[in-house]
Amino acid sequence: MALNAKIPKGPLKDKWQNYLNNTNIVNPANRKKIDVIVVGGGLSGGGAAASLAELGYNVKVFFFQDSARRSHSVAAQGGVNAAKNYKNDGDNIYRMFYDTVKGGDYRSREANVYRMAECSVDLIDHMTAQGVPFGREYSGYLSNRSFGGVLVSRTFYARGQTGQQLLLATYQALMKQVKVGTLTQYSRHEILDLVVVDGKARGVIVRDLVTGKIERHSAHAVVLGTGGFGKIFYLSTLAMNSNGSATWRAHKKGAYFANPSWTQIHPTALPQAGEHQSKLTLMSESLRNDGRIWVPKNKDDDRKPGDIPAEDRDYYLERRYPAFGNLVPRDVASRAAKERMDAGHGVGSLKNAVYLDFKTAIERLGEDTIKERYGNLFTMYQKITNINAYKEPMKISPAAHFSMGGLWVDYELQTTIPGLFAVGEANFADHGANRLGANSLLQASVDGNFILPNTISNYLSNEIRTGKISTDTPEFDEAEKAVKDQVEKLLAIKGTMPVDQIHRRLGKIMFKEVAMSRNEKGMLWAIEEIKKLRKEFWGNAAISGDEHGPNSELEKAGRLADYLEIAELMAVDALNRKESCGAHFREEYQTEDGEAVRDDENYMYSAAWEWMQGKNWKLHKEELEFKDIEVKTRSYK
Amino acid sequence: MKLTLKIWRQDNAKAKGKLVKYELSDLSTDMSFLEMLDVLNEQLASKGERVVEFDHDCREGICGQCSLVINGQAHGPEGHYTTCQTHLRSFKDGQTLNIEPFRANSFPVIRDLKVDRTSMDHIIQAGGYISSFTGMAPEANSIPIHHNIAESAFDSAACIGCGACIATCKNSSAALFMSAKIAHLAKLPQGQIERAERVVWMVNAHDDEGFGSCTNTGACAMVCPQEVPLLDITRMNYEYNRSLKTIDS
Repeated sequence: MALNAKIPKGPLKDKWQNYLNNTNIVNPANRKKIDVIVVGGGLSGGGAAASLAELGYNVKVFFFQDSARRSHSVAAQGGVNAAKNYKNDGDNIYRMFYDTVKGGDYRSREANVYRMAECSVDLIDHMTAQGVPFGREYSGYLSNRSFGGVLVSRTFYARGQTGQQLLLATYQALMKQVKVGTLTQYSRHEILDLVVVDGKARGVIVRDLVTGKIERHSAHAVVLGTGGFGKIFYLSTLAMNSNGSATWRAHKKGAYFANPSWTQIHPTALPQAGEHQSKLTLMSESLRNDGRIWVPKNKDDDRKPGDIPAEDRDYYLERRYPAFGNLVPRDVASRAAKERMDAGHGVGSLKNAVYLDFKTAIERLGEDTIKERYGNLFTMYQKITNINAYKEPMKISPAAHFSMGGLWVDYELQTTIPGLFAVGEANFADHGANRLGANSLLQASVDGNFILPNTISNYLSNEIRTGKISTDTPEFDEAEKAVKDQVEKLLAIKGTMPVDQIHRRLGKIMFKEVAMSRNEKGMLWAIEEIKKLRKEFWGNAAISGDEHGPNSELEKAGRLADYLEIAELMAVDALNRKESCGAHFREEYQTEDGEAVRDDENYMYSAAWEWMQGKNWKLHKEELEFKDIEVKTRSYK
Repeated sequence: MKLTLKIWRQDNAKAKGKLVKYELSDLSTDMSFLEMLDVLNEQLASKGERVVEFDHDCREGICGQCSLVINGQAHGPEGHYTTCQTHLRSFKDGQTLNIEPFRANSFPVIRDLKVDRTSMDHIIQAGGYISSFTGMAPEANSIPIHHNIAESAFDSAACIGCGACIATCKNSSAALFMSAKIAHLAKLPQGQIERAERVVWMVNAHDDEGFGSCTNTGACAMVCPQEVPLLDITRMNYEYNRSLKTIDS
């Protein structure tokens, strides 16, 4: 199938309005005849579910947590971007579009990015109206801060818990619709397969994580807002149960997967302290507004950070990138940290960290100001490490964080399966090869609240005469059987190797060869290792318990089975792209001083992969056109 | 370090539960409490035994999913920490730990240490929102809010909905949880229109769900991971009385 992004005609700034002017909408009286399934209760899924229910559709929303308020959007800390220009610093929609396309290293879809910047303005109004307690100036007006990769202040924040506050607003809107009766929520339910009937997405097979029962649910359209798959690295900033299974199972039913290898490695997470570790806690990028990053100039300098004088410190970001300094984009900051650590300048007992130092800022602004800006982050840091970061620098390290890749979607956020839509981190288009800080909350929210409700109606306008979708069809039978067979197969392994151990080993392979720095030899090795590990999983995984009731080992095993396939596609995708761009850094393609070298002639496309029934993948290219921005070498020097 | 764990095992809401003893050695003080349970579960799984079911997700203190009572204290010995942020350095080598689920009438046990907290969702459904649908909002800066009021609203809005306050309360009251949402929205200009109905609906839902009454012991605020102010309960009572007057007129 040839890819058609369905980008509307007209000048960039008019495309979204032109789309809205001409799209089909559904009469309010007909909306109650239409069922929509939304998977995921976070900012994108929850926002879509609440907004669709407000419009009058019958919505069912599924999520594995016990409440939608626990979706992983909750953990985003620093803020959400919007081109409000409240600071009078020259910000506008075009500049935000420009920063995002440049930040993504010219590998995103122009029209989508512009639309995201456009919708950002309304999003702040929407969230404020919902009661989000954004930070304020003493005048009572909204306050902003700056994030990496930009020269303006356009980030709105609620202390260091912005994601939590946006999510709670979305959750509350969802709860309101539950009360009204337009929306039914299925908590502790996990999607295990997508059901496709006559080429269209018509339902899902889910497992009730309390009773263990496998259920069928049908709808006229299915929306996936299931987030990213960065937990594939095991050690990551993601929640323990975040997973790639919903998108992967949709992929195996025909949805193309785009740019799967583009994973953002976040520069400011807590370093790994030992083998037992399950999670790398994120420290918000906003800290780089006031924190300075450095390592000792001398290798293996064992002095305490406070005892190392200024002349023996290397503020390497300020040195290498004087224009942006500590606020370079994440891919650049992570790679620079890796370079210093690989060269033997890492700090901490495992030499796997760099310093993030607030001394200068505390001297300039006072401890109280720093506390008001980042208090909860300093507290969190102390709780985990037992170190007071007001007194000594934080130790930070790069960690897997965000999936820029995801299901390929067109301008309407529809995948290559008609009737299947993907929103938020689960899709791919807006961030290119590197996401800018505070654009994640933005994309998830605008996809769910403003874009999808307007684009899905174009599809649903053809469904008003369809009638109820039956779950009593061969397609549902077959999908349910496949799910039950897999559960049975997993429980029959009865091996001795714990699922988490296999996951850790997969994470190590991926972090070594398919993360910050990649080369052909390493990835070929990784593919072989992944295949071996997959075999070991299916031969020796220890999955105890049964399918009748809660079984967290069974849940983890199902997700790991998918990760062991996703991992291979990530390596295949990274191998295919013989250039360096954004987070994708191929060692073979770099300048003498270690900066990325893009190949616009041959690789200015998004790679969308088609599942070939387990026999490799077929590549489809969506060529990218940049008419409204000059394509340049990205420089933050 | 070594620890002896006595963990609550219960098949489902109707089954009888009991404490089961497990011994763990070679633990590191840097481990988080849940990482220690991971170690135990890996051992159980590789022996083919059913693992200990417990709720957890973000492991950084913000999702509110983890919900253990450790030696009688909700979330553990460090006040204002979540279970996931509790590390083994808070315990002594060789110590015996009783690990139980959050207990309350309105939190039926699902299995082992997992409980059902949908009763808390029901309180929010009753009125814990501002009914502004997508598309309705005015320009954000048209609603100026005093810096200190926004900060104070945040203090209440910070609640992570874990339910430790309820598990700690001798009456299993959800007063602190509920009042945090009522105070958050009552403090802000956007929340004024629905202010009177909200508090009445939420308080009624609270009682319908079987949560107990508040007797102002303040135990809830001692364990709250976000340090939601105890004063919010007083604010809620004020709002409740105020609303009776407003709704009457």
